[in-house]
Order: sequence, then C-alpha cells, then structure tokens
Amino acid sequence: MSARVTLATAGRVLRQLRRDRRTIALVLVVPPVLLALFKYVFDGQPRTFDRIGPTLVGIFPFVTMFLVTSIAMLRERTTGTLERLMSMPLAKLDLLLGYGLAFALVAAVQAGVTAAVGFGALGLDTAGPVWLVLVLAVGNALLGMSLGLFLSAFARTEFQAVQFMPAFVLPQIFLAGLLVPRERMAHALEVLSAFLPLTYAYDALAKATSDELGARLAFDAAVVGGCIVLALVLGATTLRRQTP
Amino acid sequence: MSAQAEPAIAVENLRVLRGGKLVLPEISFQVGRGVVTGLLGPSGSGKTTLIRALVGVQIVAGGDVKVLGRRAGSSELRPRVGYVTQAPSVYGDLSVRENLWYFARVLDAPRERIDEVIATVALQKQADQVVGTLSGGERSRVSLASALLGEPELLVLDEPTVGLDPVLRRDLWDTFHELASGGTTLLVSSHVMDEARRCDELVLLRDGRVVAMTTPDELLRQTGKNDLEDAFLALAEAA
Repeated sequence: MSARVTLATAGRVLRQLRRDRRTIALVLVVPPVLLALFKYVFDGQPRTFDRIGPTLVGIFPFVTMFLVTSIAMLRERTTGTLERLMSMPLAKLDLLLGYGLAFALVAAVQAGVTAAVGFGALGLDTAGPVWLVLVLAVGNALLGMSLGLFLSAFARTEFQAVQFMPAFVLPQIFLAGLLVPRERMAHALEVLSAFLPLTYAYDALAKATSDELGARLAFDAAVVGGCIVLALVLGATTLRRQTP
Repeated sequence: MSAQAEPAIAVENLRVLRGGKLVLPEISFQVGRGVVTGLLGPSGSGKTTLIRALVGVQIVAGGDVKVLGRRAGSSELRPRVGYVTQAPSVYGDLSVRENLWYFARVLDAPRERIDEVIATVALQKQADQVVGTLSGGERSRVSLASALLGEPELLVLDEPTVGLDPVLRRDLWDTFHELASGGTTLLVSSHVMDEARRCDELVLLRDGRVVAMTTPDELLRQTGKNDLEDAFLALAEAA
C-alpha cells in the first residue's frame, strides 16, 4: 500500500468526473432540487418537512455514491482496466482508498451545497450543529460507496447495476425510520431494519439534528463505521488478481 | 546457474480450463531473454489464455509457469512485467496524457517517461485528446504506451498490431527490436503468420498445443516452403 498510488487513484477518479460535467451538475443540483420538492410536497404538514429535511441532507450522498461507485467499478471490470491495475504494483487498498478519498470529497461538496440550500433558502432548521450533519453525510457517502463497490461485483451489465439501487437502497430508506418510526412498523420489519446499515446512518442524523449528542449517536456512528470497513473488506475480496 | 542464463519464461505442463473447456491441455515451452519471440497461431488456439497465465491473471488447473525465475503472478514480478491486453484497457474518459500520468504514478515511473512513450507510439498530436474519441488503432497504442512506462524486463503483448496501418506496424516492430537490443524480452502474439518473419524466435500454437519452437528461417528450411503461411500449414497438417 502506498500514499502515492492512493492519491494518484483519487486524482484519476476526480479527473474522470471533471471530464463529465453533466454528472457533476446532476450530483450537485439534484439533491437541493429534491429537497425543495419535499418542502412543497409537505406544504400542508411543515412539521414533517422539518423532521425529515435535515436528515435528507445526509442521506442523499449515500444514494449518489452507491450508484456512481457501482457503475465506476463495473466499468473498471468490463473495460479491462481493473485487470491491468491488478497486474501492476498496486495494492487493492490503494484502489479502494483512492475511490473513497475522491468520493468523500465529492460528497462533502454535495452535502455542503444541499445544506446551504436547505438551511438557507428553504428555511430548514436543525437543533444540532450543521457541521455534524455534514460529517455524517460524508460518512454515509463512504457507506454508499463501499456497498456499491461490493455489490457491483454481482452485476454483469450496467442495467443490472442500476437495478441494485431500487433493490438494495430503497428498502433501506423505507425501513430506516425516515418515513415512519421503526417501532410503528410490522414487528418483523422492525427486527429486519436492525440489520440494515442505513437504519443507523439515519438514526445518527436524526439524533444529530435534534441535538441529542449522546451515547446513542456514538453507537450509531460506530455501527456505520464498522459497516464501511466490513463492506470494503468484502469488496476487496471481489477484486481478484486471478480470474477464470 | 546465473539469473541471466535462465530463460525469461519457462512453462511446464501447463493446463488451463476456461468455461469448462480444456483450452491448454498440457503445454511446455521456453522463451529466451532479450529477444522478440512471436506466439503465433490461429484465433482460438489459446494464445490469450496462455498469455494470461504468463502474467498471472489466469486461474490455472495445473503445471508450472516461471517468469524471470519467479512463479508467474507473484507480487515481486508486477513491476517487472508489462502486459498489453488485446482490447485496449485504458480509461476512455481521460486524455492520452492523463491515462499515462495515472499509470506512471502507479508504476512510480518518472514524469519524463510520459512524453517518451507518447513519442514511441507516435501519438504526440493526440496527446491531449480524450481516449474515447480516438480510433481503435490509436487506442491500442495508448494501451501499449502504458505498458512501456515502467521499462519492464518482460513485455507481453497480445495482438498489438491488429488494425494498424502497415507503416505504423513496421515502426512498432522496429520499436520492439530496439527494446530487445536494450535487453528487454518481448513476447508478441499474432494470428497473422506474415508477422512471424519479424520475430527472432517463434512459438507456434494450434488447438492449445505447441506445434513448433523454432526461428523463421529454420521453419522455412525445415518445411521446404518459401512462405511462412505455407510452412505453418505444412506443420499443422503433419501434426
């Protein structure tokens, strides 16, 4: 593992993004627009928007980075660049951390723009510190990235990879407690939700935005951190030096 | 025995299965150091599978593959062996220079190498063009340039001259021989028998078996033919 290769990988990933202006625009514009959409969908129930809105700032990067990473890794596999890299003096961790670094940076900008629009123009309010929402947003981006990286190994085409979004991300959003508190779901779903990483990511955001900066928040953050490491380790096992 | 006297590649009883099919039943051959060896055979004869086994990305069913005195695919070989896949494996959304910059960083090659390899593959005019907008032949030259960056001791090239115009193909073969005279060992695969005459040594492959290990002159003399294509046919029919 080497800092030189990790940084070069991060630089390469960012250069690829930079060449793709439309993707950058979508990554930065879509979350604030969706947030505005939410505001007016809940026009008659402003309290619901006040409850969900601040946490959404931290959830968007999870979804975006899950999708972007799935496709990016699938491309590395199908175009043969992954095979080239695997035959070079590059540690798997260099590749994973390089992607992580690049996408964490993008996620920070994305969450910053969304937060600025949300807490500024849309009049959202949070009882807790905004910086903590941003830190959790970057953490969630890394969670999305590591899950996308791992799951992309099971997609053979971009069509399949895109379908992993509704298959693996939407259920986690439904069950995280964002729409309905978990204890009000069918019991089986409440139990199931305890095994999904986004449940803890959402709970951490809910605690942070209601200024409950206690042990529960620390526990949530630790679970998210553990899931990132676990998904990265599983993801690393899918980067094979040798293939059939 | 000194390291120099050892062959660059020594394959013994290599067996490879791909998709349940025995692509290489049991193959043995050697490649000497500092020469250009051609790996020739028709499409489907197992050239790519064999090359993948040499660079250590192929799961093998049995046998022994030694490259530069080490087991193929060992991490110690990664900086010493350059590999160019048949399909150009470069980033289509980056420019030529950006691709080379990244691979140079991974290989820890000095920055000056980037311009050197761009000149070697004659892509100076396209250096700042996005690879996705280049022609197929230009793209495969970017892939070749990436493998040249690290000045590897062994360069393994899978059909590098397919789809290139004759002038460029001749220039590339000249480059291969220049590299070889500098001490680099090259293994170049091709399905075009005509290219055999440009190699110092030949390994002829058919249906996953080595038909002959020879030189172009020796092959012609042995078969009594004037043309390498005919010589290959004579050998294949005799086998």
